[in-house]
Amino acid sequence: MNTQTTETRETTGGTGRWLLKGVSPLGEEATDVLVVDGLIAQVGAGLSDDDLDERTTVIECGGQILLPGLVDIHTHLREPGREDAETVETGTRAAAKGGYTAVFAMANSNPVADTAGVVEQVWGLGRDAGWTQVQPIGAVTVGLGGKQLAEIGAMAESRAQVRVFSDDGKCVYDPLLMRRALEYVKTFDGVVAQHAQEPRLTEDAQMNEGTVSADLGLTGWPAVAEEAIIARDVLLAQHVGSRVHICHLSTKGSVELIRWAKERGVDVTAEVTPHHLLLTDELVRTFDPVYKVNPPLRTDEDVQAVRAAVADGTIDVVGTDHAPHPTEDKECEWTCAAMGMTGLETALSVVQHTLVDTGAITWRDVARIMSRTPAEIGRLRGQGRPIEPGEPANLVLFDPAAETVVDPATHASKGRNSPYRGLRLPGAVKATFFQGHPVVLDGALTQPHPAAGGR
Amino acid sequence: MKHLLSTQELTRDEAIAILDTADRMAEVGQQSVKKLPALRGRTVVNLFFEDSTRTRISFETAAKRLSADVINFSAKGSSVSKGESLKDTAQTLMAMNADAVVIRHGTSGAPQRLATTGWIDAAVLNAGDGKHEHPTQALLDVMTLRQHRANLTGGETQGTDLEGMHVVIVGDILHSRVARSNMWLLTTLGARVTFVAPPTLLPVGTQHWPARIVFDLDEALAENPDAVMLLRVQRERMHAAFFPSEAEYARWWGLTPERLDALDRAGATTAIMHPGPMNRGLEISSEAADSPRSTVLRQVSNGVAVRMACLYLLLTGDDAQ
Amino acid sequence: MSQNAQTPGTPAETGETRRILSAADIDRALTRIAHEILESNRGAENLVLLGIPRRGFPLAQRLAAKLAAFDAFDPESSLGQLDVTMYRDDLRRSPSRVPWPTVMPPRGIDDATVVLVDDVLYSGRTIRSALDALTELGRPAVVRLAVLVDRGHRELPIRADFVGKNLPTSSREKVRVRLSEIDAPQDRAQPQADAFDEVVIEG
Repeated sequence: MNTQTTETRETTGGTGRWLLKGVSPLGEEATDVLVVDGLIAQVGAGLSDDDLDERTTVIECGGQILLPGLVDIHTHLREPGREDAETVETGTRAAAKGGYTAVFAMANSNPVADTAGVVEQVWGLGRDAGWTQVQPIGAVTVGLGGKQLAEIGAMAESRAQVRVFSDDGKCVYDPLLMRRALEYVKTFDGVVAQHAQEPRLTEDAQMNEGTVSADLGLTGWPAVAEEAIIARDVLLAQHVGSRVHICHLSTKGSVELIRWAKERGVDVTAEVTPHHLLLTDELVRTFDPVYKVNPPLRTDEDVQAVRAAVADGTIDVVGTDHAPHPTEDKECEWTCAAMGMTGLETALSVVQHTLVDTGAITWRDVARIMSRTPAEIGRLRGQGRPIEPGEPANLVLFDPAAETVVDPATHASKGRNSPYRGLRLPGAVKATFFQGHPVVLDGALTQPHPAAGGR
Repeated sequence: MKHLLSTQELTRDEAIAILDTADRMAEVGQQSVKKLPALRGRTVVNLFFEDSTRTRISFETAAKRLSADVINFSAKGSSVSKGESLKDTAQTLMAMNADAVVIRHGTSGAPQRLATTGWIDAAVLNAGDGKHEHPTQALLDVMTLRQHRANLTGGETQGTDLEGMHVVIVGDILHSRVARSNMWLLTTLGARVTFVAPPTLLPVGTQHWPARIVFDLDEALAENPDAVMLLRVQRERMHAAFFPSEAEYARWWGLTPERLDALDRAGATTAIMHPGPMNRGLEISSEAADSPRSTVLRQVSNGVAVRMACLYLLLTGDDAQ
Repeated sequence: MSQNAQTPGTPAETGETRRILSAADIDRALTRIAHEILESNRGAENLVLLGIPRRGFPLAQRLAAKLAAFDAFDPESSLGQLDVTMYRDDLRRSPSRVPWPTVMPPRGIDDATVVLVDDVLYSGRTIRSALDALTELGRPAVVRLAVLVDRGHRELPIRADFVGKNLPTSSREKVRVRLSEIDAPQDRAQPQADAFDEVVIEG
């Protein structure tokens, strides 16, 4: 991964002094962390009394885990256009509650984020909200239409400084257009994030194609439709010397292709969603559209393969693909229902459950796959940084010993379409520090960053 | 039994109870007064999101022979075509105090949604959902097969299953809810199932299905099965490149006069079944459709009896402690 | 969905069981009823027996055999079975049951003297159902009722014409009729045709 070049905004002061006592950075040895005015001021056990003046708020952490603030490479904030489903305000509140200090907002809004104007609007809404950093993703093609390149350069040099481009929700299917996009974003060290879905093989597709779809008579979404595009795009990326990011990889075959590509030296990164780490297509037997998602839930064999791929580094990041929908878009027949699940507020718990508690990875790895690498892929400065003095205080305090029965009605997101409803998941976000300011304390939202809106 | 959503979930005993009840109901059709008072005062809604005059009439006849009141609700020209949701439609019908909802829907799982969401508290009877299941069709087919065997052996149908029988189902398995429902029910009752289809019209992911799959109809017919069931070929499939031409389909997978002759020469007791409506000359030749082997009309009359049985069993005992 | 609910041969879990009629008692009662039927009908002419499933039908078969022995009664043409399930007034309240076949006697029932045969007469609701069922099958000249046991507690203005035994009971008690045709274990060779016959009170 190259160095980060994207300019981010200056660190703001005036967010107070916070001492996290007895906290375990990256789940390792317990220590104290002092946050002063947006930056990590000190890290070390037994900070002196001088540091504990009356202006310092002490948080007794009891060995809870401190991670760099999470970075979601794949969020749908729905604004502009579908404010009934989510807004930047509600989506970033959800992000903060989930421990995220930055989210990459996908381009499939209405209007599509295919111009500098739209990406600056989304970026500005994020700044005004002040719950988390919102970094827009630009569309690869005009209107996600797959015909003509969007104003990629204008978006890159806009105030939003877009570095990630994606037609997510649709595949950049035209191989020549994909080649051009891969080449063009090299100008500013950008990346194309591909939604890998061969359109002809997935016409009217409803669920994973396999034994369950055979029983249910729902049109199948075959693994090959994902794998064929991944194979093509890693070859293209290698040919033109670009980097490519594969969104929400979901099959065992895709894992094998990424592994093969990385061995060949292709500059490819791969993402998996929390739901593909946990859920399988057997759930579709309920015909409850809360389990309808794109790419679809796969088989247990696929779930095991993507978990192993995270553990061995083949998969680089966990991205939520947080996709809120209004109730009426899910409270219907399967084929009529919208695709997508919420995820921001459950992602870290699902990762703990599927990867940490199983022994597949450590908390240090969690910081890598949910914070450092996503920030690097998106060239986002000031995020995904080490927990060291002088670094921006984007942090999440997480209690892995807590347990939560998921109740979507309590979520900050407008979306109630969580596939984990009623499921008991480990862990809970206790606090989220966004540029030194606790947007979440004791597991509850507080106030936006004091500098929000005033800039 | 609260709902009838699929045959995959039916136990052998439940299936035989339905079939035995259906036998009784068939007797009513022979009486001068073709009516029973069992469901007097109950309301059955036929909620049809797909056109199917045959199935709707069959259910309507069944409900009326049991003295139920029947409300027919067809999606065409109704508020559904104006975008009303399934939930609102169903709840509107519940406000009319429906006791049972017979639903035909183009989407797999729509009946299960009605039954499991709590939108309504009526009994839900699946009259065909998407490519998923069509349980009453399979039940009437099995009723026909029980009669077929009893006629040959002079035995009783009452209480019997289909142990040892072999049924060949031919055609568009991929899109067929009839094939799926029959596969589960036939095998639950001890019969053996062979699917014959062009490979393009078979789903991926059938390794766990309790059916043998072959591509060659003549090979399957050479075993003198107890029945061969031809599935309707939707003509629009041809345009989606599932097979090159109707003529080729008929030659390879149709029950042609030549194949009928071969059965006759072999002295087979194979019944010829079709869920209707038939495409004569495509999946079934006129000679086969009109031969004494054909049970097509018997299937239709059994359909009324089976649907009476299902409505009766769903709508009785519902207040039992 | 439940199969027919009666579970024969299982005494109630609590309370004592008293045998009211033995196999020989049952046979004597049926013999007497057969004579009474012939007397009231002045012979076997136009006589039709319809047993009500389950246990009314084997009783009707036994009566038919006796009538054939005593007079010119032809079971082949004049014995049938009448299922009343679909005419019951408690279909919602009691578990769903699979109806039994209705088998019309070949001679039909029009203008006949139809004797309905059942095992136990209790509320009278079964017989009410049977009368409704009959009207849809034909028009008998006369309908009579023969029962093995009348235990009282009528809820409808219905009475039996021929009774094997009048049995005062409490409504908490259960009267169980066991007949070999139905209640004999299938896997055991039967020492005698009526070895399992009995009427008991439980509770």
